[in-house]
Amino acid sequence: MKTLLWGALPYIAVVLLVAGTIWRFRYDKFGWTTRSSQVYESKLLNVASPVFHYGILFVVVGHLMGLLVPERWTDNVGLNEHTYHLLSLFGGTAAGALAVLGILLLLYRRRTNAPVFKATTANDKVMYLVLLAAIVLGMWAKLAHSSVSEGYDYRQTIAPWVRSLFTLQPDVDRMVGVPVLFQIHAVVGMLLIALVPFTRLIHMFSAPVQYLFRPYVVYRSRDESQLGARPERRGWEKSKL
Amino acid sequence: MRPMAQIAMVMNLDKCIGCHTCSVTCKQAWTNRNGMEYVWFNNVETRPGQGYPRRYEDQEKWRGGWELNKRGALKLKNGGRIKSLLGIFSNPKLPEIKDYYEPWTYDYKNLTDAPLGDDYPVAEPRSLIDGKPMKVEWSSNWDDSLGGMPQHGDLDPMVTKVRQQAADKVKFAFEQTFMFYLPRICEHCLNPSCVSSCPSGAMYKRAEDGIVLVDQDGCRGWRKCVTGCPYKKVYFNHATGKAEKCTFCYPRLEVGLPTVCSETCVGRLRYLGVILYDADKVTEAASTQDEQALYEAQLGVFLDPEDAEVRQAAERAGIPYDWVEAARRSPVHTLISKYKVALPLHPEYRTMPMVWYIPPLSPVVDALTETGHDGEDADNLFGAIDTLRIPLEYLAEIFTAGDVEPVRASLNKLAAMRSHMRAVNLGERPGREIAESVGMDGPEIEEMYRLLAIAKYEDRYVIPTAAVGDARRLEESAVPDSCSLDHADGPGMGGDGPFGQDSGQKQLPLVTIENFHAARKRQTSDDEPEDVREQQ
Repeated sequence: MKTLLWGALPYIAVVLLVAGTIWRFRYDKFGWTTRSSQVYESKLLNVASPVFHYGILFVVVGHLMGLLVPERWTDNVGLNEHTYHLLSLFGGTAAGALAVLGILLLLYRRRTNAPVFKATTANDKVMYLVLLAAIVLGMWAKLAHSSVSEGYDYRQTIAPWVRSLFTLQPDVDRMVGVPVLFQIHAVVGMLLIALVPFTRLIHMFSAPVQYLFRPYVVYRSRDESQLGARPERRGWEKSKL
Repeated sequence: MRPMAQIAMVMNLDKCIGCHTCSVTCKQAWTNRNGMEYVWFNNVETRPGQGYPRRYEDQEKWRGGWELNKRGALKLKNGGRIKSLLGIFSNPKLPEIKDYYEPWTYDYKNLTDAPLGDDYPVAEPRSLIDGKPMKVEWSSNWDDSLGGMPQHGDLDPMVTKVRQQAADKVKFAFEQTFMFYLPRICEHCLNPSCVSSCPSGAMYKRAEDGIVLVDQDGCRGWRKCVTGCPYKKVYFNHATGKAEKCTFCYPRLEVGLPTVCSETCVGRLRYLGVILYDADKVTEAASTQDEQALYEAQLGVFLDPEDAEVRQAAERAGIPYDWVEAARRSPVHTLISKYKVALPLHPEYRTMPMVWYIPPLSPVVDALTETGHDGEDADNLFGAIDTLRIPLEYLAEIFTAGDVEPVRASLNKLAAMRSHMRAVNLGERPGREIAESVGMDGPEIEEMYRLLAIAKYEDRYVIPTAAVGDARRLEESAVPDSCSLDHADGPGMGGDGPFGQDSGQKQLPLVTIENFHAARKRQTSDDEPEDVREQQ
């Protein structure tokens, strides 16, 4: 069980993420969108969506900082565990609170606004469930194991495990003593990562940074292969009358 | 000089009767799908009126098009690139579906399935957005022909502008009111703000013919283009989550056919043709400080295909010979640059639109005749233009950013044409002074008359095909590109012909004799084709 959860699941999630994204890019570029519901309802979305997205972006930055930066490095620049804990507690909680507030508003909107609810697919519902669970569990785990004076130091256990994944020698024993709430959060988190390419979450990979660097007006030439009659069908594509 | 070719349109508003045939045929061809119920790539508005979507011309609210920043450089009115990306998680300036209208259908089943009762069953309207019963309160042409004008007339943003200058010019009292129809499609601008707003780079202007399109595989549904377009002619498909817009019927244009809206136009008021323009001058022209000078600035961007130097440059730029020849015969170029009777729609948006309009003159003759004057006398007409029912100021707000001079000049030419042609038709000798008073001469006026009033099919639409080298392949033919002996099922290989086994009689494959050129010839010639006559 230990090996399955902490030795295999992370790799399964990453493989699904990468392979799924490549598959989606090759076969479903047309579906690569969030199917925005803003034309149905704009007022609430204009508040809730930026709140959620900025919140979740800070949460992601916090996770990257906490999991990928070794404790040694922060010690070296004179940031001791207590200061780091306070930063993580208040900064992280603020970002998390924004994300939770945002997603609750968005879910409220999705459920109560009839056109928006009607445009919601089963896929969306699964995604919302996992996303909400990941966020709420994360907040819960953090707050349940923290006080102002001290908190659970995941940088001794979870963070080294995550880093050991990159060397392909997962240090599964690090995760043994970790509080159950953190363990559940980590598993749901990995599930969420695996789900990204198969849900509307895929839109996170289309952040349009290139917009900053291209000329305003885009010109494209006609595709020469699209001119003229369609080519003769191959033998196996012909229907038998 | 960097010449580029653009297919452009001119609409002669004098002839528009507001029948909406263009809208309906366009809808049938392009937007009769889920998610596009509320979308009309082509719509016909009654002016004065709010338009579709409601009050789209109010750019202080919708933030479409370009403006000049403090240094006099072009900037998207809705904010630059960084502001755009920071605000990407929602788009506060996006029109909601109710700004267009909530699409609906009727519960027809109730007509047959309603239980026996005292009342006749009715088919109630049902929203296509949430499926619930709804009250139908607005549509794409709810204020058609001034319907509800006492209530809605003041909501026209252009009426507000005109009233600021000349309060008494726009009246909605029944006896003093005026109206005309304004069919609108995508402007396929030279400086498109929708393309410039697209974060994904999925919108583009085709280099060969200037048609602005959305790459459906590249669109990520950020909705910035909807805001960016000041004409609100990019629409959000709420089923697929992608932007869609008027395609200028490019599959038809590529084979030399006019767009569906042009082809089906009952009034024959649309003109299609090639315009050559200098791509290097576009930004400079769009940055012209004075809004009222933008019309002249855009004229300055267009190139004269009669100029040998232009033709050489066009050849160097890779514009095919038949395109340059088409530009020389282009009715659009003639109406815009030669006669200068066509004007752009809202040049003040600085997008350099490429669908232009000949302003309406019609009611003036009847109005003059009613007052006991000779309605087609040139002097009477010229004098009346300033006191038209349709105020010059209102037309100017729509076509020239408020400058009445180009509108007056255009209407004067149309009036001069009427007077001149009346003399011709009555067998009189038309006076030279009529034509000269508007800077034209007799033969030129008669040419313009032929283009505007006779408006033959082949004069209205001068469309070069996409690839002349491919022209033969594009022709409809039952003969495949490859030899029928080449593939397994071909007749030569023992397979069946188009009529199956034909009772065992092997015959050569049938070929359709009528390709589309023949079809077009039949459509546009005055004589009945002989084979038809023989059958009768």
